[in-house]
Amino acid sequence: MGDHAKPAKNHAFFQHHFNTVGQQAGAAKMGMWLFLATEVLMFSGLFLAYFVVRALYPEMVLSSHELLDKTMGGINTVVLLTSSFTMAMAVRYAQLGDNKRCATQLLITLACAFIFLGVKYVEYTGKFSHGIFPGGYFHYDEAAQYAHSHGHSFRGLPHVFFGLYFVMTGLHGVHVLAGIGVIVWVYLRAKRGDFKDGYYAPVENVGLYWHIVDLVWIFLFPLLYLVK
Amino acid sequence: MADAHSTESNYLTATTGLKSWLFTLDHKRIGLMYLVGVLVFFLAGGVFALTLRTELLTPQGGDFISATTYNKMFTLHGAVMVFLVIIPSVPAALGNFLLPLMLGAKDVAFPRLNLLSFWIYTLGSMFFLFTLAAGQLDTGWTFYTPYSNTTGTAVISATFGAFILGFSSILTGLNFIVTVHKMRAPGMTWNKMPLMVWALYSTAVIQVLATPVLAITLLLLIVERTLMIGIFDPAMGGDPVLYQHFFWFYSHPAVYIMILPGFGIESELIAVHSRKHIFGYKAIALSSVAIAIISFVVWGHHMFVSGQSELAGIVFSFLTFAVAVPTAIKTFSWVATLYKGSIEFNTPMLYGLMFLFTFSIGGLTGIFLGALSVDVHLHDTYFVVAHFHYVMMGGTIIAFVGGIHHWWPKMFGVMYSEKWGKISALFIFVGFNMTFFNQFLLGQQGMPRRYWSYAPQFQQQHILSTVGGYLLLVGFMIIAIYLVHSLRNGEKVGPNPWNAQSLEWTATASPPIEHNFHGQPRVENDPYNFPEIDRTGSSH
Amino acid sequence: MPTAASTFAEDTDNLYFFITALDTLFFVLIMGAMGYFMWKYRRRSKDQKTSSITHSGVIEFLWSAIPTVLLLVVFIWGECDFVRQSVAPADPLEVRVTGQKWYWTVEYPKYPGVSLNSSTEEPALTLMVPKGKPVRLTMTSTDVIHSFFVPAFRVKRDVVPGRYTQIWFEATRIGEFNLFCTEYCGDFHSNMTGVVKVLEPDDFERELIKAGVLTQEEGESMAAYGERIYKRRGCVACHSVDGADGTGPSWQGLYGRTESLSDGTTVKAEDQYIKDSIYEPNKQVVAGYAPQMPSYQGQLDNEQVTAVIEYIKTLK
Ligand code: HEA
Ligand code: HEA
Ligand code: HEC
Ligand code: CUA
Ligand SMILES: [Cu+2]
Repeated sequence: MGDHAKPAKNHAFFQHHFNTVGQQAGAAKMGMWLFLATEVLMFSGLFLAYFVVRALYPEMVLSSHELLDKTMGGINTVVLLTSSFTMAMAVRYAQLGDNKRCATQLLITLACAFIFLGVKYVEYTGKFSHGIFPGGYFHYDEAAQYAHSHGHSFRGLPHVFFGLYFVMTGLHGVHVLAGIGVIVWVYLRAKRGDFKDGYYAPVENVGLYWHIVDLVWIFLFPLLYLVK
Repeated sequence: MADAHSTESNYLTATTGLKSWLFTLDHKRIGLMYLVGVLVFFLAGGVFALTLRTELLTPQGGDFISATTYNKMFTLHGAVMVFLVIIPSVPAALGNFLLPLMLGAKDVAFPRLNLLSFWIYTLGSMFFLFTLAAGQLDTGWTFYTPYSNTTGTAVISATFGAFILGFSSILTGLNFIVTVHKMRAPGMTWNKMPLMVWALYSTAVIQVLATPVLAITLLLLIVERTLMIGIFDPAMGGDPVLYQHFFWFYSHPAVYIMILPGFGIESELIAVHSRKHIFGYKAIALSSVAIAIISFVVWGHHMFVSGQSELAGIVFSFLTFAVAVPTAIKTFSWVATLYKGSIEFNTPMLYGLMFLFTFSIGGLTGIFLGALSVDVHLHDTYFVVAHFHYVMMGGTIIAFVGGIHHWWPKMFGVMYSEKWGKISALFIFVGFNMTFFNQFLLGQQGMPRRYWSYAPQFQQQHILSTVGGYLLLVGFMIIAIYLVHSLRNGEKVGPNPWNAQSLEWTATASPPIEHNFHGQPRVENDPYNFPEIDRTGSSH
Repeated sequence: MPTAASTFAEDTDNLYFFITALDTLFFVLIMGAMGYFMWKYRRRSKDQKTSSITHSGVIEFLWSAIPTVLLLVVFIWGECDFVRQSVAPADPLEVRVTGQKWYWTVEYPKYPGVSLNSSTEEPALTLMVPKGKPVRLTMTSTDVIHSFFVPAFRVKRDVVPGRYTQIWFEATRIGEFNLFCTEYCGDFHSNMTGVVKVLEPDDFERELIKAGVLTQEEGESMAAYGERIYKRRGCVACHSVDGADGTGPSWQGLYGRTESLSDGTTVKAEDQYIKDSIYEPNKQVVAGYAPQMPSYQGQLDNEQVTAVIEYIKTLK
């Protein structure tokens, strides 16, 4: 409810149906947190599916995950962590009304996002070239041969593991793409100098979103790449 | 304060043209657009239902439609009624209209999101219609795997439609939660909120928490169908029962998404039309929250015979009974509210009383289904069909229709014909019980659901049930006619024809102005303090 | 409730009637109170006084606690019956049940060669069991989920592909009872029904073998034997012999016809092709049909396939 005593300020981005700027900012923040909760719940459904598959076929998951490239996964983890840091900096600058620095930080964040997707692209095409396609398109013989040449052997039904791998990282990738979209949007607004006088909710909300995307990866990485 | 301005323009007349509706940010207009959508789909769903009923007049299949058509019909009927009608009915249509008015706010917290949510609803329903055109689907509204992986019909477009509709539902829920937290008028403490607001709030919480799980389930189903990932399909090494867990984890809470708003309306109807303070305000408000929480842990009661572990069955059965208690509390409180009231039998109240009758039957038959050994016999028979129609149709839809009548003067500033209102209520009461009570008898005799043809000994009850279905059609047709008629010819009413005490009646015009209130309303009174209440406490 | 014909039926019915009584009691109480208030407190004048009661701790406690206790009783009762019904006694008669679109096949490990099938025309039965002896069914499906339901026994269990589920029961009454599929499984879900026949233990074995073993009879022609197989092994569910289209192509005029397949090739329908169609139906799928036919590898022997072919030859 906020403090209705304070009159509505004539702020550029103030919407009439609120009584105060504080109320508006509070609503925006709460809405964002709720949205993030739905994101987390959605991914937790996938994690659940993963744990069920893992409980059903522990051997299969162990033997299949060896084919994922831990180095690339590791690089991506570092890249995303870095981007989370620069995103936090961007929020800080927006708070201070320093649109220029904010824009720079956002640019670095964007660069990280692209690096992440680039690495994923290399990983995906690498898999495809050895017959590791999602689900029913999986070429067992070709993939098994590839596994063999790396000193591993499949047990059970590897296509289930890779199917999940593609779905989980794919959905995460879609979220990275959406993240790029919204970061570009706040970047343009920072360029325009929108964030001042304590108005920085968009950057903050985009930041929160980006941290969640990061957080999901922090779970995906060990579960998929580092199963033991 | 509203009377002084009663001649000025209202939200219906403030702007004109199609665009002023389709791109409106006004929660009241968005609510009305939802209402139109919901009623159109209700008619469609009803026509599908009557198609089913007509085929079931005779035991042998094929008198009216083929088995394939029958299967598509009950799927469409169930899916349309659930995803396009009942879930958006009260929250998105009436809730949108009422929530800010009841809270004393100018709008919901995020009006643009609200409009987006409406558009997503439209888009999602387009996908459903596309499904109709594109070979349709025949999986049942539950989309069970592996059947849904193998059947040749338009499963993908339908599930994608449901997936999109899920987002609409999430956005509405999110918007409502923030609105209730942040937009209450000065003086509107949590304990002064009308119970309708409490109900919408609890519903919104479930929508936000449960719908993402449906989204991911449907997404997995789509991926399974297109890429053959192999998590649900046993032929690929998957587990078909896992799908059922996912599905019911959403869909059980969803049944409370459907009923809680109905409870909210019921509280308003009973209190306002008996002019009595609602009995046990706190218990009603908090039991909604209790239901919202417990509803997340009872999903396994749909799977007692699916091959889930015995222990799981026991735990789920226990929790199912736990969730019945808060509902019992509400039911008793509504009846107690009537005690020493001043009960007027107008159309909204008739629906309020009808709700108590039909919903009680629906809820009480849930007890049979929650009891493990009895459910073994009743599962997937018409007993279940009867149970859920008694709670969904006899609960939510009846409350919804009552709510439409109750707030109709507020929405349009006119009154409908009381006489026809009562006549149609009678049709609906008789028709409804005739249609569905017979189905309890069928079910306990062992008549399975989703059957296009059946053993001859079941015919009698099926005929009665079909006749009841047609009576329902007549009843709803009458309603549609006199409501539309009242828009032009209805008697004009003042801001508060029921003499109710909540803000939407006391502080706004009928119909309300575009920005709801002149100035900022303040709340001193409790919404159920009616002027007739005898302060001395003595009675006569 | 339908005729009670198993040892569980009585238990289940007792709880059913208990809940009915409990529900009726509460329903009458609620409706009684509602009706009484409706009459007593109907509005007589515009400013009729109403009471200021808003709540009452004692009453609210009572109407929460009493239903809780009663519901607990229902829960425990249902749970005990359920658990008892889950554990089969030692040494039951073992039966294997297979569900597939849209019929049931029943086999008895103790009686090799016996196979009953619900799509048979004559005699119409699916499952034969002796009275008074526990029977345990081990069930699985070859395609989608089905559910095995005998109302008279109050038993039901889903039949899931890739898994084995079990139920048991002991029949207490001689007679024929309905068997239904209660999990939606496609077009002819409602035709996936059958009959359960309960026999005196003394007659059981003899009757079972008479009904369940399919061999060429003395003096029976191959084609006539083939026709019996057609009816008894479920082909009739999908194939007509009069040209009417069904789930599968009609057998009328099939022999010697040139079939176009879904991969664009054509094939002449002669002995080898028909045999392949029965053993590996999804290898060559006739254009315009979904690959719905189950394989009969291991279910029909060479001689029986030959008999079917002979029968098809007669269908001009
Ligand atoms: C609006 C929706 C709604 C609501 C509110 C409910 C409410 C309840 N439902 Fe229902 N249910 C459905 C919608 C709903 N259901 C649907 C759609 C299905 C089937 C889906 C499908 O398969 O397609 C279903 C199926 C279903 C099943 C699965 C059956 C099966 O498939 O085998 C079960 C089993 O436990 C169940 C139980 C209950 C219970 C215990 C309640 C309780 O919450 C009811 C509580 C209310 C009361 C008990 C009445 C009032 C109380 C009193 C009068 C007090 C006194 C009472 C006593 C002391 C007994 N329901
Ligand atoms: C909200 C939910 C809802 C509602 C309201 C209804 C309403 C009706 N339903 Fe049902 N039904 C379901 C949800 C619902 N249904 C679900 C989920 C299933 C399971 C599907 C599955 O198995 O997958 C099902 C299944 C189902 C079956 C079982 C099919 C089978 O298993 O083989 C049957 C059979 O009789 C049936 C009948 C009916 C009938 C006669 C009505 C009637 O009450 C309909 C009456 C309505 C009308 C005739 C429309 C009139 C409207 C207007 C004139 C518009 C104007 C209105 C106003 C102004 C208010 N329904
Ligand atoms: C569930 C349905 C079903 C059952 C039961 C079934 N079939 Fe079929 N059958 C089909 C379908 C569908 C096709 C066409 C697609 C294909 O070729 O696989 C077919 C094709 C055939 C063909 C090839 C027909 C042609 O026109 O080329 C033969 C021969 C055949 N079935 C024999 C049998 C026999 C023998 C049995 C029983 C022992 C049987 N079928 C049971 C569904 C069924
Ligand atoms: Cu098999 Cu329904
Ligand atoms: Cu449920």
